Amino acid sequence: MLEFSQQLINGLSLGAIYALIALGYTMVYGIILLINFAHGDIMMVGAFVGFYSITLLGSNIVAAMIFAMIACAILGVVIEKIAYRPLRNSTRIAALITAIGMSLFLEYATIFLLGPQQKVFPQSAFPLQQYEIMGLLITNKDIFIIVSAVVLMIILQFIIKQTKTGKAMRAVSVDREAAVLMGISVDKTISITFAIGSALAAAAGVMIGVYYNTVNPLMGIIPGLKAFVAAVLGGIGLIPGAMVGGFVLGILETFVSGYGSSLYRDAVAFGVLILILLIKPTGLLGKNTGEKV
Amino acid sequence: MSIIEIKNLAKSFGGLSAVLNFNFRLDENELVGLIGPNGAGKTTVFNLITGVYKPDQGSIIFDGEEIVGRPPYNICARGIARTFQNIRLFNDLSVLDNVKIAAHKDVSYGLLSTIFRAPAFFRGEKQIEQESLKYLEIFKLADKKDELARNLPYGEQRRLEIARALATGPKLLILDEPAAGMNPQETKDLMNLIEWIRSDFNLTILLIEHDMSLVMGVCERIYVLDYGQIIAHGKPEEIRNNKQVIQAYLGEEVE
Amino acid sequence: MQEKKRNWLSFGGEVLILAAIFTIVQYAITAGLLNQYYQINLASMVINIILAVSLNLINGFTGQLSLGHAGFMAVGAYASVIMTNMLGYPFIAGLLMACLAAALAGFIIGVPTLRLKGDYLAIATLAFGEVIRVVLQNIDAVNGPAGIVGISRLTTWPWLFGAMLLTILVVVNLVNSSYGRAIISVREDEIASELMGINTTSYKVLAFVFGAMFAGLAGALYAHYFYIIKPETFNFLKSFDILVMVVLGGLGSTTGAVIAAMFITVLTAVLQSFPAIRMILYALTLIIVMIYRPQGLMGNRELSRQTFGRIWGGRK
Repeated sequence: MLEFSQQLINGLSLGAIYALIALGYTMVYGIILLINFAHGDIMMVGAFVGFYSITLLGSNIVAAMIFAMIACAILGVVIEKIAYRPLRNSTRIAALITAIGMSLFLEYATIFLLGPQQKVFPQSAFPLQQYEIMGLLITNKDIFIIVSAVVLMIILQFIIKQTKTGKAMRAVSVDREAAVLMGISVDKTISITFAIGSALAAAAGVMIGVYYNTVNPLMGIIPGLKAFVAAVLGGIGLIPGAMVGGFVLGILETFVSGYGSSLYRDAVAFGVLILILLIKPTGLLGKNTGEKV
Repeated sequence: MSIIEIKNLAKSFGGLSAVLNFNFRLDENELVGLIGPNGAGKTTVFNLITGVYKPDQGSIIFDGEEIVGRPPYNICARGIARTFQNIRLFNDLSVLDNVKIAAHKDVSYGLLSTIFRAPAFFRGEKQIEQESLKYLEIFKLADKKDELARNLPYGEQRRLEIARALATGPKLLILDEPAAGMNPQETKDLMNLIEWIRSDFNLTILLIEHDMSLVMGVCERIYVLDYGQIIAHGKPEEIRNNKQVIQAYLGEEVE
Repeated sequence: MQEKKRNWLSFGGEVLILAAIFTIVQYAITAGLLNQYYQINLASMVINIILAVSLNLINGFTGQLSLGHAGFMAVGAYASVIMTNMLGYPFIAGLLMACLAAALAGFIIGVPTLRLKGDYLAIATLAFGEVIRVVLQNIDAVNGPAGIVGISRLTTWPWLFGAMLLTILVVVNLVNSSYGRAIISVREDEIASELMGINTTSYKVLAFVFGAMFAGLAGALYAHYFYIIKPETFNFLKSFDILVMVVLGGLGSTTGAVIAAMFITVLTAVLQSFPAIRMILYALTLIIVMIYRPQGLMGNRELSRQTFGRIWGGRK
């Protein structure tokens, strides 16, 4: 039981990270039906911005996270403008290929600029402390990750449910043409969606830096793919789905590597993806919609 | 002898019933119209018959066999072909290829002959080509066989769709607004063509049409659909004077 | 009759050209005119051509975006090495087993996934490709992540040339037939195709199985040329590599795929010392092609006798 609870806690912080990245995937998919393959790499850029603001500017972890979020929000908007906007009316396959291109570009541009080596996240920025509560080991990293993820999700919920911007985002995702007729600027709304999604990814990037202690230019690929799986698992396009999917996947993965083989850890996400796509492609919380003839 | 018999067909989308308690039969070689105001569920009926949608309940007996639950390609192979309300040609393929694709089910050569270019391949291709050209000639499209389907004028695209549907060798041909967007002369030519196809190919034809002159002119019987239910059916003159029908239309079309 | 005669003449011409290419290269190799560096790149080029042409059958002609091509390559590579190195069968048996195993994998993966559409399919194939890799990493009999080393070099120029010719021939003949038209109609409008009596699922699976089969063939040639195979070699970045060639050449153009595969191989060789720049160029290629020429260099047209005829002012 103790072992189980311990795994659960480990799974929760991993799940929180997945959930944050998955939110960006799902928001972008919800609004322009694009799997933003570069999303994991935006997270990587966020991790690097966090890394450099700690090592070069000497900022603390919270400030680093805010810097990373701002930088990636801008990056997300620029990517959308340059690469995705021209393709808004072309096929979804074309847009997906562009996103793959953008993903490769971010990865290898980073390698070109900063070298392929991984960099060690400075310990001093976040001295590790362990607490023992009822026999369970909890680190301040876990607490930091889970708390900041939950805070960010609450803020996101507030933006989407309560603000005018959030309403515009929901409107555009339901019916873009109708939204235009209602005087909503679709371009602006899509930009804001990318900004928010990328900022969340950046926060997750800093968290991964803290969690694994290292950053490297290809660090976005696997968490990015897994977060995508989380988004599909929960029902892509649905914000609560991304959160549920992220936590479910994080916990599942921790259990597999805890009780089974860590070599199969990476296969968990893909196995889950295949199962969900074959059994219920709309995800846990999704509804079926047929094609119109 | 009925070619198709539909009983108690029902389909709803998200709690809204699009088609309800739909009963209907066509005899061989009939030419029947299905009319009704916009949103009455006409196209949904077509989609149910051709297997695009699965009905929530009811049965469709075609040529003596239940076809509910069969995939669309199988229903087509059994002898139901259709056209689409919003034309769905293979736009980037040639006019001839559009028809050839529909004639694929008669392909006489196998994959091995294809890969090794055996004589059977050339014989089979020649046969498909001649067959397809025959349909293009009927619809006066033979001289445009190498053009891309997307480059045809609207009326010719509609005709190509019918040619393509015929090439699948149907017993029942379903036309979804074949005269939409045509001028009166084109509509008139189309009417003649439809009647001629029916007798020449010995087909049963079911059509949805808004153009009342066309429906009243060629159809022997008419079913009227409103809110997913048949509200009247009979000969054109009976429909013309049916109070319920008039009300359904007047209540709907405020122009 | 006249036309038939001309067709036979040009067919003969093509055979002559191909035979000449084959002989010249074979002579250059045996006479020692091509050093090791050029030979390696030549082998890569041919393997890339096979991969690009076969992926193009799935992505270009059938319109089903597959991101798992490297997985089938892996299946072929491992199957062939098991046959030759481990069980001692001749190379041809290894090649046949590679084709068979990859085609079977294509069938097993294709049947459930090809029900999915567009980007869902893309992601599912990517996931399956990765699953193949992870499974190989966990099989001790094939040395897990370390892979198999010391594979004998059995891939020679005649094998490469023959395999490439076979791939192109099968794909071109398949596409230009009633079956090919059925496959293309799936790409054009799946619903209309289904309603015209085409069993779209089975044609998607057919194209997928053929594509996977030739990817397996390419994998076998690769394994027996480069001595060593590791699961990591066949990750999704390799699939993206092949995708770049297909996209650049033009989705639905076999000649486009061939030209792009040749070009990308040369580019890779030239930029060997600058892997980051190479990948940045790949990335920019994908983005720029999609934005400015989404149909690729060749679109869905083919480079053919007619094209040359037009260029040289001849009649069509």
